Amino acid sequence: MVVVAVISTAILIPLALIVPWFPAKASVQAGNIHTLYDVLLIATVPIFVVVMTTVGFSIWKFRMRPGQEKQDGAPIHGNTRLEIVWTILPAALLLGMCSYAYTVLRSNEDSKRGEMTVNVTERQFAFEFSYPRAGGKSVVSPVLYLPKGRPVVFKITSLDVIHSFFVPEFSEKLDAVPGITTTLRVTPTRTGSYPAECTELCGAGHSLMRAAVNVVTPAQFAAWLAKQKSGAPPPIGSAGTPPGEQG
Amino acid sequence: MATAVAEPMAVKTRTRVPLPPALRRPGWYRAAMFEVLGLGFAFGITALIRWLQHIHPVVSGNAVTTVGLFTVPLFFLVGLGVGDYWFYWASGRATRPEDHSSHGARSWRDYFRVNTDHKVIGIQYTVTSFFFLFVGGLLAMLIRVQLAKPGMQFLTPEQYNGVFSVHATVLIFLFVIPVFAGLANFVLPLMIGAPDMAFPRLNALSYWLLPLGGIVMLMSFLAPGGSFAAGWTAYAPLSTSMPLGQLFFSIGVQFAGFSSIFTALNFLVTIITMRAPGMSFFRMPLLVWANFSTSLLVVIATPFIAASQFFVLLDKALGFHFFDAFVGAGKNGNVLMYQHVFWFYSHPAVYIMMLPGFGIISEILAVKARKPIFGYRMMAFSLLAIVVLGFTVWAHHMFVSGMQPWIRIPMMITTAIIAVPTGIKVFSWLATLWRGVLHLDTPMLFALGFLTMFTLGGISGVMLAMIPFDIHVSQTYFIVAHIHYVLFGGSLMTIFAGIYYWFPKMTGRMFDDRLGKLHFWFTFIFANLTFAPMHLIGIQGMPRRVAEYAEKFAGWNLFISFSAWILGFSTLIFLYNMVASWRAGPRASANPWRALTLEWQVSSPPPIFNFDAVPTVVGGPYEYGVPGAVHGIFKKPAESAPVAAGTFSGSPRQEQHE
Repeated sequence: MVVVAVISTAILIPLALIVPWFPAKASVQAGNIHTLYDVLLIATVPIFVVVMTTVGFSIWKFRMRPGQEKQDGAPIHGNTRLEIVWTILPAALLLGMCSYAYTVLRSNEDSKRGEMTVNVTERQFAFEFSYPRAGGKSVVSPVLYLPKGRPVVFKITSLDVIHSFFVPEFSEKLDAVPGITTTLRVTPTRTGSYPAECTELCGAGHSLMRAAVNVVTPAQFAAWLAKQKSGAPPPIGSAGTPPGEQG
Repeated sequence: MATAVAEPMAVKTRTRVPLPPALRRPGWYRAAMFEVLGLGFAFGITALIRWLQHIHPVVSGNAVTTVGLFTVPLFFLVGLGVGDYWFYWASGRATRPEDHSSHGARSWRDYFRVNTDHKVIGIQYTVTSFFFLFVGGLLAMLIRVQLAKPGMQFLTPEQYNGVFSVHATVLIFLFVIPVFAGLANFVLPLMIGAPDMAFPRLNALSYWLLPLGGIVMLMSFLAPGGSFAAGWTAYAPLSTSMPLGQLFFSIGVQFAGFSSIFTALNFLVTIITMRAPGMSFFRMPLLVWANFSTSLLVVIATPFIAASQFFVLLDKALGFHFFDAFVGAGKNGNVLMYQHVFWFYSHPAVYIMMLPGFGIISEILAVKARKPIFGYRMMAFSLLAIVVLGFTVWAHHMFVSGMQPWIRIPMMITTAIIAVPTGIKVFSWLATLWRGVLHLDTPMLFALGFLTMFTLGGISGVMLAMIPFDIHVSQTYFIVAHIHYVLFGGSLMTIFAGIYYWFPKMTGRMFDDRLGKLHFWFTFIFANLTFAPMHLIGIQGMPRRVAEYAEKFAGWNLFISFSAWILGFSTLIFLYNMVASWRAGPRASANPWRALTLEWQVSSPPPIFNFDAVPTVVGGPYEYGVPGAVHGIFKKPAESAPVAAGTFSGSPRQEQHE
């Protein structure tokens, strides 16, 4: 049984790692999280294999055979040493995983030098991104443009019910909560076009509440921002419909 | 009550025609009459208040519905006679403490009236919950029709949101939680050697609250604006801005919640005070331990969901401002408070939906492996550890909610640590299999299926505890996969295992083991094919609770839909097996599994008052393979010596001589 377990672990871990679990990796945070997931797979596959092979082996070895209908098994009541082992060992493993997850969390969420602030305002059923400019004005856009390589801090809020801001390629997500502003940090590392999704049920239009995210080169971003300056649409917000009147 | 008090003096002067007896006796006719009265009361009280407050129009459909959702079910209960004994007692009339007229079932009609026999209530509970399983399952089929292809097709988004909200609500509050209460209702008093539950009339009330809660929730489909559609979590302020249907959830949950609380109190008192002589806590079967732990959770946690739904109700119906934080409102509301209060119940609730299953599995594995349960004391202690730790992890549902970031760290650690007692249980079950003689019949197959699927659900749960990974996958299909591995692969597998295991005891008939095995393989294979791919599409970024999704998820979703439909059809095998076996299965002997626990030492089905003689417990419940071991012995009332083997069919003594 031990041999079977070792072999299946040796096969299953590479298999689990090969599966293309994640969408494209487009942020520093996503890279850290993908590595964390790989570590979690490596740590948990052996546990899964132990359970499966023990069940499989028991079915094969200890199942009732003809003539055993009235027999009982061995009267084993417990084994203190074994019980201590399977209390301490998983606890240590779990605490190790927590420590590692904590370091990932800190490196993902600590504030970074040269951060650019983007305000995300959500309502039923649209996103609005605004880039604060010097002098209290801001550039407002329904599409999110981000320069590659520059740390971004999103200040997220909602005008009606709870929404969420999730870009799968960034591996980061946070709720947009009416009444408070929440903070999310992302450092895009890959140019391309990605979806931003609302992942918190927000009403009938929830499944179609998406926005486009374009990660572009810093030069392209500066050009886009400069072009936006003039013809910026008026900010929404004061015009938001309170959800009580949605009927 | 005024008439009841005045009656002795008024007998002679009374001239008015009394109500026909059918309307005076407790029962369905009187219940129907009281329902009308309840509706009239709702009309009257709302009209009166609105008239006094100069609100026009005086009759408002919304107001009548809101009040009526409370009064109609409560009046129904009074009409049905749930409280008759208490009313007699409260009004000073003579009560009959030894009146057992409402105890036990002699014909099928007795299952449709207020009955105080825990065995009847257990079957009422179980059958009612299974009705709701099929309702919830049908809604799941609708969900998979909608999601079979990208692009809107079958339901409107409003309808879809309603369907998955009711699916989750029905299966959580009206199937998983009550079916465990039902099984334990039947089995637990027998297991501890008690003639009934501690409070039989409260037990009847607990049961009758349940279908009322269910009917209220299902009626929401008839409400103008559709059923409640804010998910079973009903997050404010979405829920407070929903149409009238939302109130059917807020109020339906109150009925289901009270049902849980009353049952849990009943279990606690029964377990603490009504154990047979010699049944110390550490001689109790683990199912009893599991229900003891569950009941602690229910009693402490359930008031929190009741409160959270009252907040929503007050916000919505009476214009309170708990959650008004959006633009245009006062902005003083605190939206996150809802989630904290809600999850303070709803995280322990997942243990409420799991611990009784742990108990069932412990019973079945010991009996079917013919071995003592491995590490009995640690099994009991780990249940208590889960109860305590279960209250310290609620905010792991809120890692992306925008609450204070630091709270996530302790919640991550407690969430990871709660896997330790759960792991102890899984490893102890595995060790119980070791060197046993495994009887691989239907209950055992479901128990082993549970072990494997629940392990996967536990592993994905540990992954979800890790905050950075949770940030990526929360609110995606990974969560849907995880919860279904835990609730379908976990809870439902244990429920099926338990139903098959105790079917002979409950009905006195044997089920068809071949069909049972067929049912198991369909369930096991197609549950995995349905829920495993959800992990992948979740990590890839498909959000949950969407009626419409990106083209790249189309292939997997079609696959999941087909698997889900086959899974749905496979429950028909179960249904046929249960109905056909109950009607015409071969008679079951008292103890077909050669089990030691007390419920198997009485006839199948058990006598109306359970035990002709009070059993005395002299050893542990799982001493299989120990030569000469005995769990309980029966003495006839007049005798003091143990009864000779063979007098009671399948007594533990007899077993040991084989």
